[in-house]
Formats: sequence, structure tokens, C-alpha cells
Amino acid sequence: MDTSQFRKVSETAWKIEPSGRMRVPAVIYAVEPLIRDMDDKVREQLVNVTMLPGIVGAAYAMPDAHWGYGFPIGGVAAFDPDQGGVISAGGVGFDISCGVRTHLTGLIRADIKRVQTKIADALFHNVPVGIGSTGKIRLSDGQMTAMLRDGAVWALNKGYGEQRDLEFVEEHGRVAGAQPEVVSEKARARQTREMGTLGSGNHYLEIQEVAEIHDAAAARAFGLDQGQCVLTIHCGSRGLGHQIGTEFLREMAITAPAHGISLPDRDLACAPINSELGRRYIGAMRSGINCALANRQIIGHLARKVFRRFWPGIELPLMYDVSHNTCKLETHEIEGRAREVYVHRKGATRSLGPGDPSLPEAYSEVGQPVFIGGSMGTESWVLTGMPTSETAAFSSACHGAGRRMSRTKARKKWRGRQVIDDLAARGITIRSPSHRGVAEEAPGAYKDVSEVVEAAEQAGLAKKVARLIPVVCVKG
Amino acid sequence: MPETAPIPDGCPQAGTGASWEHFPHVADVGIRGFGPTLEAAFEQAAIAMTAVVTDPGAINPEETIEIACQAPNVELLLADWLNAIVYEMATRKMLFGRFSASIRGDSLIGSVSGEPLDIERHAPAAEVKGATLSELEVARDPAGRWHAQCIVDV
Repeated sequence: MDTSQFRKVSETAWKIEPSGRMRVPAVIYAVEPLIRDMDDKVREQLVNVTMLPGIVGAAYAMPDAHWGYGFPIGGVAAFDPDQGGVISAGGVGFDISCGVRTHLTGLIRADIKRVQTKIADALFHNVPVGIGSTGKIRLSDGQMTAMLRDGAVWALNKGYGEQRDLEFVEEHGRVAGAQPEVVSEKARARQTREMGTLGSGNHYLEIQEVAEIHDAAAARAFGLDQGQCVLTIHCGSRGLGHQIGTEFLREMAITAPAHGISLPDRDLACAPINSELGRRYIGAMRSGINCALANRQIIGHLARKVFRRFWPGIELPLMYDVSHNTCKLETHEIEGRAREVYVHRKGATRSLGPGDPSLPEAYSEVGQPVFIGGSMGTESWVLTGMPTSETAAFSSACHGAGRRMSRTKARKKWRGRQVIDDLAARGITIRSPSHRGVAEEAPGAYKDVSEVVEAAEQAGLAKKVARLIPVVCVKG
Repeated sequence: MPETAPIPDGCPQAGTGASWEHFPHVADVGIRGFGPTLEAAFEQAAIAMTAVVTDPGAINPEETIEIACQAPNVELLLADWLNAIVYEMATRKMLFGRFSASIRGDSLIGSVSGEPLDIERHAPAAEVKGATLSELEVARDPAGRWHAQCIVDV
């Protein structure tokens, strides 16, 4: 993407002032080389977001932004319901509340190495992964309703996980205001057999080694020690979220003219927050968030059971669970006053700075953990929210490396077997139901995540805490 | 983990004027069907979507499911057709390789034929979460050939 269309505010902030139908500025947080690598569609999509009714502040793109549908992936935008603000199904995405959850293991690399193949196999066989996989849990309609209302709290009450977990899950495991009654029969049908499944695509379960500590105080608060291993789970709301996204995207696209909304792009389909459809989507989307929180809680439990076979009594305390495809009602200071706005984060993580009252007590001095997923061959990161996160982008940060190559190109360039063998030679064990899936997710198909996190820190979005390298990767 | 042959990015159907292809999208996948009729383009788009998951030619047409959709315009009808197939794949845990569509005005009546997903044999690469409205287009070129396309979220 050409940077000449932006005004350079700083090395890591690039701005387009409002013109034409734009209501607010568009801001990209990234260094120039990252912006040059971005598709032109990122600028186009971000500018389109600035045209939506009721948008406040600016539309933001994170350093890992790439071409999405409607919103760019790595897009953040907030809307004021009292100023005709809208909510957009495309601004949340199909995989509602997709997110990352990391457990501490207290084990070192050598502990894992002794059982590496066996534990990779055990995780692969005990956590359902890939398309068509089904969990052992079958939900009746009543149980489904309870799960959609209570999220990870429901899962905990069903015996999945431990009470202490909930303090370390965003929203304490349950977002309020879910309306399971507005979730369609079809969305429920898609979820009946999918509780506790990882899914496919870029979703994964990894054992990772803490390779470097960058912020000793935050690492201590989070329980991260160099040389120790963590267990990380990346997945979302499965078929239920996908179906909610599909249905509301369609309905919002059809009804936008009736709501007086002229869409710059059909995929930005939205509805006024203060409309029947807007309220109904919020109730369904919150149910989807709870579904994702329950799903990750169950998968965390399944992984714990596997670890306990190898190390009886091991605790695997939850470090944090945070989503990166959501829309949340939050209070932010905008133009000098506190306002309640609906913040869309599509492929963007919440990033609360130190002192935020919703943080777990143990993290209150260092900020919220932010997880940046890399690729199965490179590295992932733990960052933490900064005092500047709030003013930069409504306390948001990036969520991953971002692809630099399409799946179509990646599968032409690499063979899955070769990728697996190359990674094995580097001590990384991959398990996946599909070689082609592995080729499409090859490490070379992703951007250099270290550039992304460096830019995020420089931009004041989130601060580097620890670099993680993969040891075992179960890929959906 | 089974090794599978690489899946082509497109496939002409000999003698029918119908074909499909994938077009690149950084995060997701673009699917496009071509045909001498609107229906053929819809059917080819469905094959292209299946090819995101596995080789459509490796799916046995053991069981046929009926599909009906209705939409305010032909483009949303394409999204509805593809999403109806996604729904049947997801809830039945099946894959479909043969598609037949009949379109009258704003309504589509169709059928999809396939078999239960076999992880070993089909080695599914990715799950289609849904057909998006991005790059959604249904049109006929001056030579009379139809195309039907969109981005699918994987």
C-alpha cells in the first residue's frame, strides 16, 4: 500500500483526515515497511468504516491489519448509540469471540521433550480438531440456552475447569446481556455437536516455550519464566458463531436502506444500535461470545486432563483468556468526556492498561495480557496493555502476525509433509488432520510477527512481555 | 495424516463451457463459477467452495439433499445457496461434490449430492465458516457466459 495517501503523524501512526463521506479520520498504527506490505484494500476498507453513522474518534487499523470483509482484519471502531451509531455483523466477523487462552505449565522444555511425541498424539486425539470433528458433549436445547447465557461459568458448573479460571477469563467468563432466545434454530443445530472442538483454518493448540522475557515485572505478575512452557489455545465460537454471523450479515445488508443507511460496501452491513435488529444482533452476538468462552474453557479442561496423564496433579493455572472478534459496550473518554460506546474489534485484542478496574487483581499493576499468535514455525508473543493504549485506540492492540500470502499461493508453494518434516528437524512437532491444511498455514505464509509487535509497542498499543516459540502444535 | 495430491485452483468441465476457479484473498479464499447459464455458474461456484475443503472429484455422490432458497436479488441468492450448502456440510458432517440448481425469479430449488466426511480419505484442509458478501457478484459477459463469485471465510 502506498503511504503517500496518509499523513505521517509519527513513525508508527499514519492518518487520513476526513473528506467526502468520511465522518472521522482513519488511522493506521504501523511502521512504513508494514504499511507498504499491506493490501490497498486495508485503506479502502478502513476509510469505508469511517463513513458509518455514529462512529466516534477514528477508525483504527492495527499493525497486523489485512484485507478482511467489510472491516479490515485488525480493525477497531467505536459507535455512539445516542448519535445514531451502528453495530455491524461484518465488524465482528463470522467467528464471534475467536480468541486465545494461555495456561502456565511450570514445565521446562526438557520435561516436554521427554514425552513430546506422545503428548502431541494425546492432545491431537483428545481435543477434537479439524472440520467434521465432533465433541463428546451433546447439548439439549435447554442446555444450549444455559450455555449461551452463562458461557465459561456454565462450563465450569458442568465440571470443565476450575473456579480460579474465571477470574482470568475476560468478563469473568460470562458476558452479560446475551439473549439465547434470539439465536436461531440453525445456529443451535450447528453447535449441537461442536462444543469443545478447536475448528480448523488458523486455529491451533500449542505447547510453547518462553524464549525471552522483555518485561520482568509483567512476566512475574503473569507467572512467565524464561525456559518454561505454556499451553495456548486459539479458537472461537464454532458453527454457532458462524451461523449467527451469516444470518445477521444478510439481514443487515437487506434492511440497511430501510434504516436510512447507505452502505459504502455491502459487507459493512449494519443496523442502528437502537433498532430492533441492532438489539437482536447484540443479544445473539453476546450469546456467541459466551459460546466461545465456554468452548475454550472446555478445551482447556481437555488439555489439562491430557497433561495430568503425563504429570499427575499438574495444575495448569489459567494465565488469561481474551477474545479478538467482538463488539463490546465500554466507557471511553472521547472529546473530553466519558461516553458509552460500542467498540468493534475485528481481529484486534482488547488491551487494558495498568489500573483498569476490570483486570484481575494480580495484573492490576502491569496491565492486561495481550496474546499475539504467530505461525507454527516462528513465534508468538505475550504483550501487556499500556497506559497509552486507551487514547491510542480505545485500549486495543493487534492479535497476530497476519497473512502475507493467500492460501491458494501457499499450497502451491509448499507441501504439507515437507513443512512438517522441516519443523520436526527444528524440534517442533506438528499434528494435523490435513497436509494441505498445514501447507496453507506454512510459517512462510505469515508476516514476521516480531515487526508487528515492535510496531505495536512503539505505537503505545501494547508492550512486549515475552516471546514464545512453538514446541508442539496441534493444527485444526 | 494422509498425504493428498495437490488440489487444482480451477477446473474446466469438458464440453460444457462450465468451470470454476479460486481467486486469491490474503486471509480467506475467493471462489468463482462460470457457466453458459446462471444455474451452471451457481453449480460451479459450489464446486469451487468444496475445493476449498477437499478435492471435489474424490467425493462419492451417495446421498442427495434438497435445498431451497429465496432472496431479494440474484447475488444474495448466490450467498444463500452457498450458505445453505455450508449449513448442510456442517450439521450433517458431509461433503458434497455434485450440485444441481434451478432458478426461477428470486427462488432457487436445488440438490446437492455427497457422502459423510471421511477424515482419512478427504483430508479436509479448511472449514468454510460462511460465504461473505465480499466480492459477491453474479453477472453475464457480452458473450453470454455467466459468472458467480464471492469470498468465503475460512
